[in-house]
Amino acid sequence: MSLRVVIAEDLYLLRDGLVHLLQAHGFEVVAAVESGPELLAALVSERPDVAVVDVRLPPTFTDEGLQAALAAREAVSGLPVLVLSQHVEQLYARELLADGSGAVGYLLKDRVFNAEQFVDAVRRVAAGGTAMDPEVIAKLLASTARHEPLGALTPREREVLELMAEGRSNAAISQRLFLSESAVGKHTAGIFGKLGLAPSDDDNRRVLAVLTYLNAARG
Amino acid sequence: MTIGRPLLQGAALGVLALADLVLIVPTLIGTALTALGFIFFFPPVTTVIRWRTGVARSLSGRWLDMRVRPSYMPPPPPPQPQADGWYRHDRHLYKTPWWPAWNNRWKWMFTDPATWRDMFWLLFNPVVGGVLLLLPVALVAYGLAMPWYWIPQAAPLGLAIAAAGVASAPWLLRFYAWWTRLLLSPTAASILAGHIRRLDQVRLETVDSQAAELRRIERDLHDGTQARLVAIGMMLGAVEELMDSDPTAAKVLLAKVREGSSTALIELRDLVKGIHPPVLAERGLGDAVRALALDSPLKVTVTVDLKKRLDAPVESAVYFSVSELLTNAARHGGAERVWIDISNRGRSLRVTVGDDGSGGADPARGSGLSGIERRLAAFDGVLALSSPPGGPTAATIDLPHVLPEPTLARPPLPRWKLAIVSVGWGLAWLPLFPQGIVTMIMKLVGADVRSWFLALYLPEPWQWPLIAFNIVLGLTLYGLALGIPIAHARRYPEAPNAGICAGAGR
Repeated sequence: MSLRVVIAEDLYLLRDGLVHLLQAHGFEVVAAVESGPELLAALVSERPDVAVVDVRLPPTFTDEGLQAALAAREAVSGLPVLVLSQHVEQLYARELLADGSGAVGYLLKDRVFNAEQFVDAVRRVAAGGTAMDPEVIAKLLASTARHEPLGALTPREREVLELMAEGRSNAAISQRLFLSESAVGKHTAGIFGKLGLAPSDDDNRRVLAVLTYLNAARG
Repeated sequence: MTIGRPLLQGAALGVLALADLVLIVPTLIGTALTALGFIFFFPPVTTVIRWRTGVARSLSGRWLDMRVRPSYMPPPPPPQPQADGWYRHDRHLYKTPWWPAWNNRWKWMFTDPATWRDMFWLLFNPVVGGVLLLLPVALVAYGLAMPWYWIPQAAPLGLAIAAAGVASAPWLLRFYAWWTRLLLSPTAASILAGHIRRLDQVRLETVDSQAAELRRIERDLHDGTQARLVAIGMMLGAVEELMDSDPTAAKVLLAKVREGSSTALIELRDLVKGIHPPVLAERGLGDAVRALALDSPLKVTVTVDLKKRLDAPVESAVYFSVSELLTNAARHGGAERVWIDISNRGRSLRVTVGDDGSGGADPARGSGLSGIERRLAAFDGVLALSSPPGGPTAATIDLPHVLPEPTLARPPLPRWKLAIVSVGWGLAWLPLFPQGIVTMIMKLVGADVRSWFLALYLPEPWQWPLIAFNIVLGLTLYGLALGIPIAHARRYPEAPNAGICAGAGR
């Protein structure tokens, strides 16, 4: 069964491009809207499997899209939402992750260029996982750089941590770093040990634990 | 002591005023010579007069409790050399700055109305000051001396004269202070000139920094995005040609095109962030500063107490100022923790950025701090910095009148007050007119009618008190009916342009 998706983007060209891209990859686009109120209505009535939402939408051209997505997640608990933006802020990432239920993504619009990775991210979010932009993770790690336990990680563990925080599974990480899956597993165990987190086999829960830890380290 | 003080001060000022006669002679000669063309005499004479009026101003503040501020136009700036190193004044060129400076100074003194007002004050000061201020002393001396020397019988008269002298001294001193202020205080024109000069400077700085900003943006766009788009266009042209003959090479080129567009986007994003950060546009100052705090490597605590969004230019100025202060704390101060507090007091905005670093920040040295001052100056804002060596550092930004006016609608009158007002208007006539004034008239003319005038039914000794009570009661009721709404209006003044600000403030 194909995944049902709602798209919110005010630029016609980009909206159209997203619709074509997702349709080509087997998604069913149930609504493609261009403003905040329309988005909220579509999310609540259609209950899609995943929503792809631009942060800045009419009528206010502020963070209308983000607010609508957050409101919809309050109404429909755990509604998977992938937020796209021209810029990424840790502040917004925190707000998306705040309810701790996962199924959120936050990516730069540029990531759409790489269709495969983008579609992979959409599927991951739809499945209840997370997809954080590498830039968000980089900022998060840069601002926690002084934090004690993080400094104790080996460079390899740090790389694994970055990819894990982006929301990738062990399989994806091993592919990316040209490691065996068992080696990645060893690294993740090492990371969890050093950060004092309880290990978990569930990919999604593991990612959330890492993100929560990093956010808490920010103080 | 309190009696003697005005006398002594008056005597001192009076003697000083008489001594001005010594100054008047060279002043008159110098002015006359200037009129004849010997303009070299004018600046020294003016300088001496300004010194003398300066003394008068400071004495007026210290003794007479009437502060008089200097009234002169701002002095001319030092002459600037031209590109070739010469100094120009009108149509003449000079090798050294001395002559243009002298010319400017002469013109500055000659055209300033305060110069002439000073001179007028000096000319008449011996008369006004000498006569008025020495009069009480003379009266006292005469009143006390007369009985002994001339007519012993006139002792009471003499004492009266002395007393009159003592009594008049404070009044005359006050008059003298008024006369000094009249001529030596700044005129509306010179106050305005000062304002205009400051505004001019602020405007110049604002325009300058704006132009520099635009130049930077132009350069970034020209060297970055524009160049990349040109490259992308060229590569796409090549792809078009290769498409049929060499699809593999075309694919490689297309990957490069995508990479190029990504880089262009990253550059644009950084540029946009430097012009107006998106999070500021989307969320306003509070969240934008929180986002700054999250991105900072320091532990930053942010407290924001703002009910409304500020105007976009103010938000932007404060945001970049805080950003700069935060960078300074991390880079120079060696701080670990930073506290940012944003709050408003009435219509003024106050932002405090404190850190636990090593201190020693100096606005005179850091170009970043002077940049903040420039940014804030456009809104009459100021930066106060306390950064002793060894820390801690606290920077406070104050921006007056930047918040929208409070748009509080006046609350309605409480019900019990409303009841008093309506009872007042409805019933006050009853005790005041028929039961009060009319009854009083009836009583005065001794009319034989009682009708419904209650007081006339009472026994004789109670009649007048009741009439008086009725009149007072009526007047009180009218007073309350009038006074309560007025007091209410005074307590909740409505902003005169509340409507406009409600629109602008959002």
